[in-house]
Amino acid sequence: MSMGMFFALLGAALSTALAGWGSAWGTGMGGQAAAGVIAEDPDQFAKVLILQLLPGTQGIYGLLVTFITLTRIGILGGTPVTDTKTGLLYFAACLPIAIVGLISAYHQGRTSVASIGIVAKKPDQFGKAMLLPAMVETYAILALLISILAVVNI
Amino acid sequence: MADMDYLFAVARIRVLEKKLLSGADIEQMIAMPDTDRVTAFLEEKGWGSSDAGQKGEGILAAEEEKLRGLAKELRVDESIFELLSYTDLYQNLKAAIKTVLTNDAHPNVFVSHPQYGEARMLSIVREKKFEELPEHMREAAAEAYEALLTIRDGQLCDVILDRAALTAIGEAGKRSREKILRDYARLFVAVHDIRIAVRSAAAHKERAFLARAIAPSEALDEKRLIETAAIGTDAVIDYLSGTEYRGAAEALQKSATAFDLWCDDHLMEMIKPQKYNSVSSGPVVAYRLARENEIRMARIILTAKANGLPEEAIRERAREMYV
Repeated sequence: MSMGMFFALLGAALSTALAGWGSAWGTGMGGQAAAGVIAEDPDQFAKVLILQLLPGTQGIYGLLVTFITLTRIGILGGTPVTDTKTGLLYFAACLPIAIVGLISAYHQGRTSVASIGIVAKKPDQFGKAMLLPAMVETYAILALLISILAVVNI
Repeated sequence: MADMDYLFAVARIRVLEKKLLSGADIEQMIAMPDTDRVTAFLEEKGWGSSDAGQKGEGILAAEEEKLRGLAKELRVDESIFELLSYTDLYQNLKAAIKTVLTNDAHPNVFVSHPQYGEARMLSIVREKKFEELPEHMREAAAEAYEALLTIRDGQLCDVILDRAALTAIGEAGKRSREKILRDYARLFVAVHDIRIAVRSAAAHKERAFLARAIAPSEALDEKRLIETAAIGTDAVIDYLSGTEYRGAAEALQKSATAFDLWCDDHLMEMIKPQKYNSVSSGPVVAYRLARENEIRMARIILTAKANGLPEEAIRERAREMYV
Protein backbone atom coordinates (compact mmCIF):
# COMPACT_ATOMS: atom_id res chain seq x y z
CA MET A 1 0.00 0.00 0.00
CA SER A 2 1.27 3.45 -0.94
CA MET A 3 1.65 6.36 1.49
CA GLY A 4 -0.99 8.15 -0.56
CA MET A 5 -3.50 5.38 0.09
CA PHE A 6 -2.55 5.41 3.79
CA PHE A 7 -3.29 9.14 4.14
CA ALA A 8 -6.54 8.83 2.17
CA LEU A 9 -7.69 5.98 4.42
CA LEU A 10 -6.58 7.86 7.54
CA GLY A 11 -8.74 10.81 6.50
CA ALA A 12 -11.70 8.52 5.82
CA ALA A 13 -11.25 6.77 9.15
CA LEU A 14 -10.97 10.03 11.09
CA SER A 15 -14.22 11.30 9.55
CA THR A 16 -16.13 8.46 11.11
CA ALA A 17 -14.03 8.16 14.25
CA LEU A 18 -13.94 11.79 15.40
CA ALA A 19 -17.46 12.74 14.31
CA GLY A 20 -18.75 9.49 15.80
CA TRP A 21 -16.85 10.16 19.03
CA GLY A 22 -18.49 13.58 19.27
CA SER A 23 -21.93 12.12 18.61
CA ALA A 24 -21.47 9.37 21.19
CA TRP A 25 -20.38 12.04 23.68
CA GLY A 26 -23.28 14.36 22.86
CA THR A 27 -26.03 11.73 22.80
CA GLY A 28 -24.56 10.19 25.97
CA MET A 29 -24.91 13.50 27.81
CA GLY A 30 -28.38 14.02 26.40
CA GLY A 31 -29.33 10.47 27.36
CA GLN A 32 -28.34 10.94 30.99
CA ALA A 33 -30.35 14.14 31.24
CA ALA A 34 -33.28 12.55 29.39
CA ALA A 35 -33.26 9.61 31.82
CA GLY A 36 -33.44 12.06 34.73
CA VAL A 37 -36.56 13.66 33.29
CA ILE A 38 -38.21 10.33 32.42
CA ALA A 39 -37.55 9.07 35.97
CA GLU A 40 -39.89 11.75 37.28
CA ASP A 41 -42.13 12.42 34.29
CA PRO A 42 -42.32 9.50 31.80
CA ASP A 43 -44.79 11.44 29.62
CA GLN A 44 -41.91 13.54 28.31
CA PHE A 45 -40.17 10.55 26.74
CA ALA A 46 -40.77 11.48 23.08
CA LYS A 47 -39.68 15.08 23.53
CA VAL A 48 -36.49 14.34 25.42
CA LEU A 49 -35.63 11.51 23.02
CA ILE A 50 -35.66 13.96 20.08
CA LEU A 51 -33.40 16.32 22.01
CA GLN A 52 -31.07 13.47 22.90
CA LEU A 53 -30.79 12.39 19.26
CA LEU A 54 -29.87 15.80 17.85
CA PRO A 55 -26.10 15.43 18.46
CA GLY A 56 -26.25 12.02 16.76
CA THR A 57 -26.26 13.50 13.23
CA GLN A 58 -22.55 14.37 13.21
CA GLY A 59 -21.70 10.67 13.36
CA ILE A 60 -23.89 10.09 10.29
CA TYR A 61 -22.20 13.01 8.46
CA GLY A 62 -18.81 11.50 9.24
CA LEU A 63 -19.95 8.12 7.96
CA LEU A 64 -21.25 9.73 4.75
CA VAL A 65 -17.91 11.45 4.04
CA THR A 66 -16.05 8.22 4.78
CA PHE A 67 -18.31 6.31 2.42
CA ILE A 68 -17.87 8.85 -0.41
CA THR A 69 -14.11 8.83 0.13
CA LEU A 70 -13.95 5.02 0.05
CA THR A 71 -15.88 4.96 -3.24
CA ARG A 72 -13.26 7.26 -4.80
CA ILE A 73 -9.94 5.88 -3.54
CA GLY A 74 -10.21 2.36 -4.84
CA ILE A 75 -11.65 0.63 -1.76
CA LEU A 76 -15.34 0.53 -2.72
CA GLY A 77 -14.75 1.86 -6.23
CA GLY A 78 -12.89 4.64 -8.03
CA THR A 79 -9.18 4.82 -8.77
CA PRO A 80 -6.66 3.59 -6.20
CA VAL A 81 -4.52 6.39 -4.79
CA THR A 82 -0.92 5.86 -5.73
CA ASP A 83 0.80 9.14 -4.93
CA THR A 84 1.28 10.83 -1.56
CA LYS A 85 0.06 14.23 -2.76
CA THR A 86 -3.41 12.89 -3.71
CA GLY A 87 -3.60 10.94 -0.49
CA LEU A 88 -2.88 14.09 1.53
CA LEU A 89 -5.54 15.93 -0.45
CA TYR A 90 -8.16 13.33 0.56
CA PHE A 91 -6.89 13.51 4.14
CA ALA A 92 -7.29 17.32 4.17
CA ALA A 93 -10.73 17.06 2.56
CA CYS A 94 -11.94 14.78 5.35
CA LEU A 95 -10.70 17.03 8.17
CA PRO A 96 -13.59 19.59 8.27
CA ILE A 97 -16.25 17.04 9.19
CA ALA A 98 -13.86 15.09 11.43
CA ILE A 99 -12.90 18.12 13.55
CA VAL A 100 -16.10 20.16 13.39
CA GLY A 101 -18.15 16.98 13.85
CA LEU A 102 -16.36 16.21 17.10
CA ILE A 103 -16.57 19.72 18.53
CA SER A 104 -20.08 20.55 17.37
CA ALA A 105 -21.54 17.25 18.62
CA TYR A 106 -20.06 17.84 22.06
CA HIS A 107 -21.47 21.35 22.28
CA GLN A 108 -24.77 20.30 20.77
CA GLY A 109 -24.96 17.65 23.50
CA ARG A 110 -24.47 20.29 26.17
CA THR A 111 -27.10 22.51 24.58
CA SER A 112 -29.46 19.54 24.37
CA VAL A 113 -28.95 18.92 28.09
CA ALA A 114 -29.90 22.53 28.81
CA SER A 115 -32.94 22.21 26.51
CA ILE A 116 -33.99 18.99 28.25
CA GLY A 117 -33.98 21.12 31.41
CA ILE A 118 -36.42 23.51 29.70
CA VAL A 119 -38.71 20.61 28.71
CA ALA A 120 -38.53 19.23 32.25
CA LYS A 121 -39.83 22.49 33.67
CA LYS A 122 -42.02 23.67 30.79
CA PRO A 123 -43.00 20.83 28.45
CA ASP A 124 -45.12 23.23 26.34
CA GLN A 125 -41.92 25.09 25.34
CA PHE A 126 -40.52 22.09 23.45
CA GLY A 127 -40.45 23.92 20.08
CA LYS A 128 -38.23 26.70 21.41
CA ALA A 129 -36.12 24.25 23.39
CA MET A 130 -35.43 22.18 20.26
CA LEU A 131 -34.34 25.19 18.18
CA LEU A 132 -31.41 25.97 20.48
CA PRO A 133 -29.39 22.77 19.93
CA ALA A 134 -30.53 22.70 16.29
CA MET A 135 -28.61 25.96 15.72
CA VAL A 136 -25.35 24.17 16.54
CA GLU A 137 -26.12 21.73 13.73
CA THR A 138 -25.56 24.53 11.17
CA TYR A 139 -21.80 24.32 11.58
CA ALA A 140 -21.73 20.56 11.25
CA ILE A 141 -23.69 20.89 7.98
CA LEU A 142 -21.26 23.52 6.68
CA ALA A 143 -18.33 21.24 7.47
CA LEU A 144 -20.11 18.31 5.81
CA LEU A 145 -20.66 20.35 2.63
CA ILE A 146 -17.04 21.42 2.45
CA SER A 147 -15.79 17.88 3.02
CA ILE A 148 -18.08 16.42 0.35
CA LEU A 149 -17.26 19.19 -2.17
CA ALA A 150 -13.54 18.72 -1.55
CA VAL A 151 -13.60 14.90 -1.74
CA VAL A 152 -15.63 14.73 -4.97
CA ASN A 153 -13.48 17.37 -6.68
CA ILE A 154 -10.05 15.81 -6.08
CA MET B 1 -17.78 13.31 40.84
CA ALA B 2 -17.13 15.53 37.82
CA ASP B 3 -19.68 18.18 36.85
CA MET B 4 -20.84 16.04 33.91
CA ASP B 5 -21.74 13.21 36.28
CA TYR B 6 -24.65 15.28 37.59
CA LEU B 7 -26.58 15.38 34.28
CA PHE B 8 -29.11 12.75 35.40
CA ALA B 9 -29.59 14.28 38.84
CA VAL B 10 -29.93 17.84 37.59
CA ALA B 11 -32.49 16.89 34.92
CA ARG B 12 -34.47 15.04 37.59
CA ILE B 13 -34.22 18.05 39.88
CA ARG B 14 -35.68 20.25 37.12
CA VAL B 15 -38.86 18.15 37.24
CA LEU B 16 -38.87 18.06 41.05
CA GLU B 17 -38.51 21.84 41.22
CA LYS B 18 -42.02 22.09 39.75
CA LYS B 19 -43.33 20.49 42.95
CA LEU B 20 -41.64 23.01 45.27
CA LEU B 21 -43.94 25.39 47.11
CA SER B 22 -44.16 28.77 45.42
CA GLY B 23 -44.85 32.16 46.97
CA ALA B 24 -48.49 31.78 45.87
CA ASP B 25 -48.73 28.42 47.67
CA ILE B 26 -47.38 30.00 50.85
CA GLU B 27 -49.88 32.85 50.57
CA GLN B 28 -52.67 30.27 50.12
CA MET B 29 -51.52 28.36 53.21
CA ILE B 30 -51.38 31.55 55.27
CA ALA B 31 -54.97 32.33 54.31
CA MET B 32 -56.21 28.89 55.46
CA PRO B 33 -58.25 28.87 58.67
CA ASP B 34 -56.53 26.07 60.61
CA THR B 35 -53.77 23.46 60.72
CA ASP B 36 -56.04 20.74 59.33
CA ARG B 37 -56.51 22.65 56.09
CA VAL B 38 -52.78 23.37 55.85
CA THR B 39 -51.99 19.71 56.48
CA ALA B 40 -54.50 18.62 53.84
CA PHE B 41 -52.99 21.10 51.36
CA LEU B 42 -49.49 19.74 51.99
CA GLU B 43 -50.74 16.16 51.58
CA GLU B 44 -52.28 17.13 48.24
CA LYS B 45 -48.84 18.35 47.22
CA GLY B 46 -47.43 14.90 48.00
CA TRP B 47 -45.98 15.74 51.42
CA GLY B 48 -45.76 13.15 54.19
CA SER B 49 -45.43 9.40 54.00
CA SER B 50 -48.11 6.88 53.04
CA ASP B 51 -49.28 6.62 56.67
CA ALA B 52 -52.80 7.92 56.82
CA GLY B 53 -53.81 10.47 59.41
CA GLN B 54 -50.40 12.09 59.89
CA LYS B 55 -50.43 15.30 61.89
CA GLY B 56 -48.51 18.42 60.88
CA GLU B 57 -45.20 17.63 62.60
CA GLY B 58 -45.36 14.02 61.36
CA ILE B 59 -45.62 15.27 57.79
CA LEU B 60 -42.69 17.62 58.25
CA ALA B 61 -40.60 14.85 59.85
CA ALA B 62 -41.40 12.57 56.89
CA GLU B 63 -40.27 15.30 54.48
CA GLU B 64 -37.04 15.79 56.42
CA GLU B 65 -36.45 12.05 56.23
CA LYS B 66 -36.99 12.12 52.45
CA LEU B 67 -34.47 14.94 52.24
CA ARG B 68 -31.84 12.87 54.04
CA GLY B 69 -32.30 10.15 51.39
CA LEU B 70 -32.00 12.62 48.52
CA ALA B 71 -28.40 11.74 47.52
CA LYS B 72 -29.26 8.04 47.27
CA GLU B 73 -32.46 8.83 45.40
CA LEU B 74 -30.62 10.98 42.86
CA ARG B 75 -27.65 8.56 42.68
CA VAL B 76 -25.13 11.25 43.49
CA ASP B 77 -22.12 11.13 45.78
CA GLU B 78 -23.36 11.64 49.35
CA SER B 79 -20.27 13.68 50.14
CA ILE B 80 -21.77 16.75 48.45
CA PHE B 81 -24.28 16.91 51.30
CA GLU B 82 -21.69 16.17 54.00
CA LEU B 83 -21.21 19.81 54.90
CA LEU B 84 -24.99 20.29 55.13
CA SER B 85 -25.28 17.36 57.53
CA TYR B 86 -22.74 18.69 60.03
CA THR B 87 -25.51 20.35 62.04
CA ASP B 88 -27.29 16.96 62.36
CA LEU B 89 -24.02 15.32 63.34
CA TYR B 90 -23.31 17.81 66.13
CA GLN B 91 -26.95 17.75 67.20
CA ASN B 92 -26.67 13.99 67.74
CA LEU B 93 -23.40 14.37 69.63
CA LYS B 94 -24.92 17.04 71.88
CA ALA B 95 -27.96 14.86 72.52
CA ALA B 96 -25.82 11.79 73.23
CA ILE B 97 -23.56 13.61 75.74
CA LYS B 98 -26.57 15.00 77.59
CA THR B 99 -28.38 11.67 77.54
CA VAL B 100 -25.38 9.76 78.87
CA LEU B 101 -24.31 12.26 81.52
CA THR B 102 -27.71 13.31 82.81
CA ASN B 103 -29.23 9.82 82.60
CA ASP B 104 -32.31 11.35 81.02
CA ALA B 105 -33.74 9.84 77.87
CA HIS B 106 -34.21 12.38 75.06
CA PRO B 107 -35.86 10.22 72.37
CA ASN B 108 -36.92 13.03 70.05
CA VAL B 109 -33.76 15.08 69.96
CA PHE B 110 -31.76 12.67 67.80
CA VAL B 111 -31.99 13.00 64.05
CA SER B 112 -31.44 10.13 61.68
CA HIS B 113 -27.94 9.98 60.24
CA PRO B 114 -26.47 7.27 57.98
CA GLN B 115 -23.30 6.76 60.08
CA TYR B 116 -23.89 8.49 63.39
CA GLY B 117 -27.48 7.82 64.35
CA GLU B 118 -28.81 7.61 67.92
CA ALA B 119 -27.52 4.11 68.78
CA ARG B 120 -23.98 4.59 67.47
CA MET B 121 -23.56 8.07 68.91
CA LEU B 122 -24.78 6.90 72.34
CA SER B 123 -22.37 3.97 72.24
CA ILE B 124 -19.42 6.24 71.29
CA VAL B 125 -20.18 8.67 74.12
CA ARG B 126 -20.87 5.95 76.72
CA GLU B 127 -17.56 4.26 75.97
CA LYS B 128 -15.78 7.60 75.41
CA LYS B 129 -14.53 6.31 72.04
CA PHE B 130 -14.32 9.78 70.53
CA GLU B 131 -11.69 8.58 68.05
CA GLU B 132 -14.53 6.88 66.17
CA LEU B 133 -16.00 10.29 65.39
CA PRO B 134 -14.91 12.35 62.37
CA GLU B 135 -11.66 14.17 63.11
CA HIS B 136 -13.22 17.62 63.39
CA MET B 137 -15.49 16.41 66.22
CA ARG B 138 -13.09 14.50 68.44
CA GLU B 139 -11.51 17.32 70.46
CA ALA B 140 -14.77 19.23 70.90
CA ALA B 141 -16.58 16.03 71.92
CA ALA B 142 -14.04 15.29 74.66
CA GLU B 143 -14.05 18.90 75.86
CA ALA B 144 -17.86 19.16 75.92
CA TYR B 145 -18.09 15.80 77.71
CA GLU B 146 -15.65 16.96 80.41
CA ALA B 147 -17.45 20.31 80.76
CA LEU B 148 -20.74 18.59 81.50
CA LEU B 149 -19.21 15.83 83.60
CA THR B 150 -17.01 17.95 85.84
CA ILE B 151 -18.68 21.35 86.12
CA ARG B 152 -22.22 20.31 85.10
CA ASP B 153 -22.37 23.30 82.75
CA GLY B 154 -24.88 22.46 80.03
CA GLN B 155 -24.54 25.86 78.38
CA LEU B 156 -20.77 25.52 78.11
CA CYS B 157 -21.25 22.07 76.58
CA ASP B 158 -23.59 23.61 73.96
CA VAL B 159 -21.21 26.50 73.27
CA ILE B 160 -18.23 24.17 72.71
CA LEU B 161 -20.15 21.96 70.30
CA ASP B 162 -21.86 24.82 68.46
CA ARG B 163 -18.53 26.56 67.89
CA ALA B 164 -16.95 23.31 66.73
CA ALA B 165 -19.85 22.76 64.30
CA LEU B 166 -19.47 26.27 62.87
CA THR B 167 -15.69 25.90 62.58
CA ALA B 168 -16.10 22.53 60.82
CA ILE B 169 -18.66 23.97 58.40
CA GLY B 170 -16.42 26.96 57.66
CA GLU B 171 -13.38 24.74 57.04
CA ALA B 172 -15.35 22.28 54.89
CA GLY B 173 -16.69 25.22 52.88
CA LYS B 174 -13.18 26.52 52.23
CA ARG B 175 -12.08 23.07 51.05
CA SER B 176 -15.10 22.52 48.82
CA ARG B 177 -14.76 22.52 45.03
CA GLU B 178 -18.35 23.68 44.71
CA LYS B 179 -18.91 27.43 44.74
CA ILE B 180 -22.41 27.03 46.14
CA LEU B 181 -21.06 25.10 49.15
CA ARG B 182 -18.28 27.65 49.70
CA ASP B 183 -20.81 30.49 49.61
CA TYR B 184 -23.25 28.58 51.81
CA ALA B 185 -20.62 27.82 54.46
CA ARG B 186 -19.43 31.45 54.42
CA LEU B 187 -22.98 32.73 54.93
CA PHE B 188 -23.93 30.05 57.47
CA VAL B 189 -20.97 30.76 59.75
CA ALA B 190 -21.36 34.53 59.45
CA VAL B 191 -25.10 34.61 60.29
CA HIS B 192 -24.66 32.23 63.21
CA ASP B 193 -21.79 34.34 64.56
CA ILE B 194 -23.98 37.43 64.21
CA ARG B 195 -26.82 35.67 66.00
CA ILE B 196 -24.52 34.60 68.85
CA ALA B 197 -23.01 38.10 69.08
CA VAL B 198 -26.42 39.81 69.25
CA ARG B 199 -27.89 37.38 71.78
CA SER B 200 -24.76 37.54 73.92
CA ALA B 201 -24.73 41.34 73.75
CA ALA B 202 -28.35 41.43 74.88
CA ALA B 203 -27.52 39.08 77.77
CA HIS B 204 -24.39 41.16 78.68
CA LYS B 205 -22.09 38.17 78.29
CA GLU B 206 -18.40 38.60 79.04
CA ARG B 207 -15.63 38.78 76.47
CA ALA B 208 -14.29 35.36 77.52
CA PHE B 209 -17.67 33.76 76.81
CA LEU B 210 -17.86 35.52 73.43
CA ALA B 211 -14.39 34.34 72.47
CA ARG B 212 -15.45 30.81 73.28
CA ALA B 213 -18.76 31.03 71.39
CA ILE B 214 -17.98 32.99 68.21
CA ALA B 215 -16.37 30.86 65.51
CA PRO B 216 -13.76 32.02 63.00
CA SER B 217 -15.53 33.47 59.98
CA GLU B 218 -14.28 34.17 56.47
CA ALA B 219 -16.73 37.00 56.02
CA LEU B 220 -16.45 38.79 59.36
CA ASP B 221 -13.62 39.97 61.58
CA GLU B 222 -13.95 37.64 64.57
CA LYS B 223 -12.07 39.97 66.96
CA ARG B 224 -14.17 43.01 66.07
CA LEU B 225 -17.36 41.03 66.42
CA ILE B 226 -16.29 39.91 69.90
CA GLU B 227 -15.27 43.45 70.88
CA THR B 228 -18.50 45.00 69.67
CA ALA B 229 -20.65 42.25 71.22
CA ALA B 230 -18.94 42.94 74.55
CA ILE B 231 -20.03 46.61 74.24
CA GLY B 232 -23.64 45.99 73.20
CA THR B 233 -26.15 45.30 70.42
CA ASP B 234 -25.84 48.77 68.85
CA ALA B 235 -22.09 48.35 68.54
CA VAL B 236 -22.60 45.03 66.72
CA ILE B 237 -25.09 46.67 64.36
CA ASP B 238 -22.69 49.58 63.73
CA TYR B 239 -19.90 47.14 62.89
CA LEU B 240 -22.12 45.08 60.57
CA SER B 241 -23.27 48.25 58.74
CA GLY B 242 -19.75 48.56 57.35
CA THR B 243 -19.58 44.97 56.14
CA GLU B 244 -21.28 42.98 53.37
CA TYR B 245 -23.92 42.15 55.99
CA ARG B 246 -25.39 45.65 56.20
CA GLY B 247 -28.73 44.10 55.22
CA ALA B 248 -28.49 41.96 58.34
CA ALA B 249 -27.75 45.07 60.40
CA GLU B 250 -30.86 46.78 59.06
CA ALA B 251 -32.94 43.68 59.84
CA LEU B 252 -31.50 43.47 63.35
CA GLN B 253 -32.59 47.04 64.00
CA LYS B 254 -36.18 45.91 63.35
CA SER B 255 -36.32 42.61 65.24
CA ALA B 256 -34.83 39.15 65.69
CA THR B 257 -37.61 37.78 63.46
CA ALA B 258 -36.63 40.23 60.69
CA PHE B 259 -33.03 39.04 61.01
CA ASP B 260 -34.02 35.36 60.70
CA LEU B 261 -36.09 36.29 57.67
CA TRP B 262 -33.14 38.18 56.15
CA CYS B 263 -30.87 35.14 56.65
CA ASP B 264 -33.24 32.77 54.86
CA ASP B 265 -34.04 35.23 52.07
CA HIS B 266 -30.35 35.98 51.55
CA LEU B 267 -29.67 32.26 51.21
CA MET B 268 -32.47 31.89 48.64
CA GLU B 269 -31.07 34.83 46.62
CA MET B 270 -27.66 33.19 46.74
CA ILE B 271 -28.85 29.83 45.37
CA LYS B 272 -31.36 31.08 42.78
CA PRO B 273 -28.81 31.26 39.90
CA GLN B 274 -28.57 27.45 40.18
CA LYS B 275 -31.98 27.25 38.49
CA TYR B 276 -30.14 28.01 35.21
CA ASN B 277 -27.19 25.67 35.73
CA SER B 278 -27.45 22.25 34.12
CA VAL B 279 -24.09 20.52 34.56
CA SER B 280 -22.84 20.52 38.14
CA SER B 281 -23.76 19.62 41.69
CA GLY B 282 -24.92 23.22 42.30
CA PRO B 283 -28.59 22.62 41.40
CA VAL B 284 -28.68 19.48 43.58
CA VAL B 285 -27.36 21.37 46.61
CA ALA B 286 -29.65 24.32 45.83
CA TYR B 287 -32.65 21.99 45.64
CA ARG B 288 -31.88 20.51 49.03
CA LEU B 289 -31.52 23.99 50.56
CA ALA B 290 -34.77 25.05 48.86
CA ARG B 291 -36.54 22.01 50.33
CA GLU B 292 -35.18 22.81 53.79
CA ASN B 293 -36.45 26.36 53.36
CA GLU B 294 -39.96 25.26 52.41
CA ILE B 295 -40.13 22.75 55.27
CA ARG B 296 -39.07 25.57 57.62
CA MET B 297 -41.78 27.80 56.15
CA ALA B 298 -44.42 25.07 56.46
CA ARG B 299 -43.39 24.58 60.10
CA ILE B 300 -43.77 28.31 60.78
CA ILE B 301 -47.26 28.34 59.25
CA LEU B 302 -48.39 25.18 61.08
CA THR B 303 -47.07 26.47 64.42
CA ALA B 304 -48.62 29.88 63.89
CA LYS B 305 -51.99 28.35 62.95
CA ALA B 306 -51.87 26.02 65.97
CA ASN B 307 -51.28 29.05 68.21
CA GLY B 308 -53.94 31.16 66.55
CA LEU B 309 -51.59 33.84 65.22
CA PRO B 310 -53.21 36.34 62.84
CA GLU B 311 -52.47 36.11 59.11
CA GLU B 312 -50.57 39.38 59.15
CA ALA B 313 -48.15 38.08 61.78
CA ILE B 314 -47.47 34.94 59.71
CA ARG B 315 -47.05 37.00 56.55
CA GLU B 316 -44.30 39.01 58.27
CA ARG B 317 -42.41 35.75 58.72
CA ALA B 318 -43.01 34.52 55.16
CA ARG B 319 -39.74 33.51 53.47
CA GLU B 320 -38.81 34.06 49.87
CA MET B 321 -39.22 30.78 48.00
CA TYR B 322 -36.82 29.22 45.47
CA VAL B 323 -39.42 29.02 42.69
